[in-house]
Amino acid sequence: MSGKTKLPVGQEAIEKFGWLRAHRFLLLRRASQLLFLGLFLMGPWFGIWWVKGNLSGSLTFDILPLTDPFITIQSMVAGHWPELTALIGAIIVGVAYALIGGRVYCSWVCPINPVTDGAHWLHEKLGMPKGWQPKRGTRYWVLAMVLAVSALTGTIAWEFVNPISMLHRGLIFGMGFAWAFVLSVFVFDLFISRRGWCGHLCPVGAFYGLLGSKSVLRVSAPKRSECDDCMDCFAVCPEMHVIAPALRGQDGDTPLILSPDCTNCGRCIDVCAMDVFRFTHRFDDTPAPGRETRTRTQPASGASRAA
Amino acid sequence: MSASKPKAKSMDRRRFLQDSARGIAGCAVAGMGLSHLISDARALPAQALRPPGALEEDEFLAACIRCGLCVRDCPYDTLKLAELGEDGPATGTPFFTARDVPCEMCEDIPCVAACPTGALDKSLDNIDDAKMGVAVLIDEENCLNALGLRCDVCYRVCPVIDAAITLELAHNERSGHHAIFMPTVHADKCTGCGKCEKSCVLPGESAIKVLPMRIARAEAAEHYKLGWEDRNPLVDELIDLPDRLPGPGTDNLAAPGGFEPSFKLPGTEGAGQ
Ligand code: SF4
Ligand code: SF4
Ligand code: SF4
Ligand code: SF4
Repeated sequence: MSGKTKLPVGQEAIEKFGWLRAHRFLLLRRASQLLFLGLFLMGPWFGIWWVKGNLSGSLTFDILPLTDPFITIQSMVAGHWPELTALIGAIIVGVAYALIGGRVYCSWVCPINPVTDGAHWLHEKLGMPKGWQPKRGTRYWVLAMVLAVSALTGTIAWEFVNPISMLHRGLIFGMGFAWAFVLSVFVFDLFISRRGWCGHLCPVGAFYGLLGSKSVLRVSAPKRSECDDCMDCFAVCPEMHVIAPALRGQDGDTPLILSPDCTNCGRCIDVCAMDVFRFTHRFDDTPAPGRETRTRTQPASGASRAA
Repeated sequence: MSASKPKAKSMDRRRFLQDSARGIAGCAVAGMGLSHLISDARALPAQALRPPGALEEDEFLAACIRCGLCVRDCPYDTLKLAELGEDGPATGTPFFTARDVPCEMCEDIPCVAACPTGALDKSLDNIDDAKMGVAVLIDEENCLNALGLRCDVCYRVCPVIDAAITLELAHNERSGHHAIFMPTVHADKCTGCGKCEKSCVLPGESAIKVLPMRIARAEAAEHYKLGWEDRNPLVDELIDLPDRLPGPGTDNLAAPGGFEPSFKLPGTEGAGQ
């Protein structure tokens, strides 16, 4: 085992399945992020107006309205009852994410995700220390703070600083100095707090996490008994605490990753050479035996190393 | 075991209370920072005009989600989403600068139709009722008409010509025998479209500028009655003042029994009858 852990993360899966298969969800995710940005850019760049607007609110094919439910809620808390179009748009988006997993927004759509992923990549490359790691509940405090400030100031508070809309709107409508917000997030994740923004602070991610806490689409670890403790999945997971309850569960425990923090990015599926994980639905009750009990020290030491 | 359990519980509670206290304190600090930033970002510069039908600025920032759909549907590229550090209004909110591109007052008001949230109020169904601001002839010392020349451009381009803006005749004191055609804006009819400001022929700044209502307009003084306006009597039917009817005691020469002046002006013979 010690010999194998010297391999770079995911190397074994690459050797076993080929590079492409060991990166399929990562590639699909980047494609999806590009697609969502590209759809919005087609109008201003090429004059093809299939989609107008930005992630806060949009109109597709002149018929389908979509609105960010978190922004809609802030608007309501601030004392404005939006018109039907915006409400319908928010409901469509809300229901969709409630079904496929709220944080699918984070890993498949949000334009900040490539930024923080980039920061994390560089962070690993430079072998930087973890830095400040806020408590797990911090993002919910930030979420509550945003709603309170919206109510107190009577404004859609987070939109004054939200790096997501700064970047997305900026690319589509003109950036100004909004890149400073994006750069701050990058620098914060790189130097101050490893995976700090998306993993601990972003209230948008917190909101979508809550929204999708009962989502149907889930990652599961049905073949957990074959896990050989390489810890690669922990190393690539942006929310590594979500894996352990499923992967390390005993026979009776569900192999489903049910934490609302899981972003359904599928990276764990990519890098696992033992093919332990896969996408499934939350009602999947295929029996998944746990591993034979081992000495307690092994996984513990592995976990601390991966962290 | 039984002894350690309550202890663990109280540790849990202490931990919980500590975390909560920390959370609340952190939120309070971050929240104050955010509120401060918001109050800074709220200051809307005078040259930035909101699209037609925009709610009052306070409500607008609660309603507008900064989607830019109004911008996309404006056929004249009048509207723009504010960019951080380059434009004055809150980042991402729609506005226009009249001197650059004014509002062409589209009859079907596509910007309002496009707004999904109601930040641009759909109850605006006639663009002539829009109140994006009000034009003010702000530099009378350089306005060519005010100097006694005939430029008239701001007047000519106004989509609500002769109602929102008129040329008021005044004596030209400087020349002694010419008229001044003073461009004069009537706030109740002016939509604030900015066509006049855009077309002012002066180089650089315009002599006539559209200002937001909140800056351009004072409040009418309630305790002064404008007695000359229709249905606005000086005294509300409390006292019935005597009507001036033709009859004895008046100076109406045409009335029977009126006083005849003791002298006759030349050429007024028979004016009485
Ligand atoms: S946590 Fe926030 S910034 Fe990160 S991907 Fe999710 S929504 Fe985007
Ligand atoms: S009325 Fe027409 S020109 Fe004026 S802002 Fe709206 S869409 Fe643009
Ligand atoms: S369409 Fe409405 S909500 Fe969207 S930017 Fe314009 S005013 Fe704001
Ligand atoms: S802003 Fe100027 S052009 Fe527009 S309605 Fe008012 S006076 Fe006329």
